[in-house]
Amino acid sequence: MATLREIRQRISSVKTTQQITKAMKMVAAAKMRRAQENILAIRPYANEINGLIHHIAESGEDKFENPLMQSRPVEKVLLVVVTADRGLCGAFNSNIIRTTESVFTKYSQNAEVELYTIGRKASEYFGKRAYPIYKQKAGIFHGLNFERALEISRDVVSAYQSSVFDRVIFIYNEFKSAIAQNLREEVFLPFVAEEPENTALRDYNEYIYEPDKQSILNALIPKHLNVQVWRILLESNAAEQGARMTAMDNATENAEEIKSKLTLYYNRARQAAITTEISEIVGGAEALKES
Amino acid sequence: MNETLHLEIVTPFGTVLDEPVQSCMLPGEQGAFQVLKNHASLVSNVDIGLIKVERESKNELFATSGGFCEVKDNVIRIIVESAEKAESIDAYRAQQAKERAEQRLQEDKSKVDAHRAELALKRAVNRLKAVEVIKKDH
Repeated sequence: MATLREIRQRISSVKTTQQITKAMKMVAAAKMRRAQENILAIRPYANEINGLIHHIAESGEDKFENPLMQSRPVEKVLLVVVTADRGLCGAFNSNIIRTTESVFTKYSQNAEVELYTIGRKASEYFGKRAYPIYKQKAGIFHGLNFERALEISRDVVSAYQSSVFDRVIFIYNEFKSAIAQNLREEVFLPFVAEEPENTALRDYNEYIYEPDKQSILNALIPKHLNVQVWRILLESNAAEQGARMTAMDNATENAEEIKSKLTLYYNRARQAAITTEISEIVGGAEALKES
Repeated sequence: MNETLHLEIVTPFGTVLDEPVQSCMLPGEQGAFQVLKNHASLVSNVDIGLIKVERESKNELFATSGGFCEVKDNVIRIIVESAEKAESIDAYRAQQAKERAEQRLQEDKSKVDAHRAELALKRAVNRLKAVEVIKKDH
């Protein structure tokens, strides 16, 4: 049986851990809120661009084409894997890694697959296991800014344009709520215009296009891709903070439980020690009386 | 149709401006143009340059790094990757960015890098210009 002192030490160490997890939870909550605000901020911008692209590309008599929209036979695939830089956020990173592995096996049957890892966790995991890594980026989530998204977008787009890859897929966690993340596997390139949310309001045909539809489309698509990468990074960042918040909340609760169990145990042990002491004293006194 | 001309500037970081104006000068790809009330519907590229907003009370100047604009029913929607108010531009930082870009252009390794440096230079010069223009006005 553990001595009283040992139990006391364990209680205080659990207490310290609890303080840390509590602080981490609160930090994650604050960061998550900021990340959420950023996601809301890009929505109008993304919707406008998407609506315009969809209209120019899909409607009207004449079809418009862009090299980024043409799909080629899939011989080389790039998986862009977005994980976090840090751990202690539940199954956030391991979910991504597990999905990436299964997607990797799926595509490897007919094509050559390479990885573009974003976040330290992915670089570490896939780096150790001899996966073909095309590029890696780590440490971008601390002080995340638009420039980083532009770099990634440029890398990916130029690789696609020069036919290094025929398909680019992003694997990332989408922010749903503080307690839930959606794991997404999205085809990034070739580019397909999404159905915009509210097109009924506008008829784009009566517009003057300056200089012309085709060149506007050509300029719009890279802009759209930039903002998509930015969105994915923000989503992943918010999801990470949400996951960490939940994980740390659970950890704090567990610590509380362990603490109360240990306290109970400690009190029982103290009681037992006192009882033994008393009975020893009583026993000793009895022995003295008899002699 | 709206009674007044309304201007919205939308960037990936949120809406910068959303209010009625008198006119707006935009840096189009083929030269600057001005949008007044009852302008025809238009979709145009916006180049790196200055956006001049005219209002009854006060004029405003923004430095933009390019994007698109859409004019319809007296609503101007400017969709750009950045729009900085001239007053809030840090002239010192813009100057440094300019020097960095110039240096990179001189080293000039590959075509892609040179193109990127050129764009960075253009943006920095544009921001400096914005700072100068408002200095003159005051």
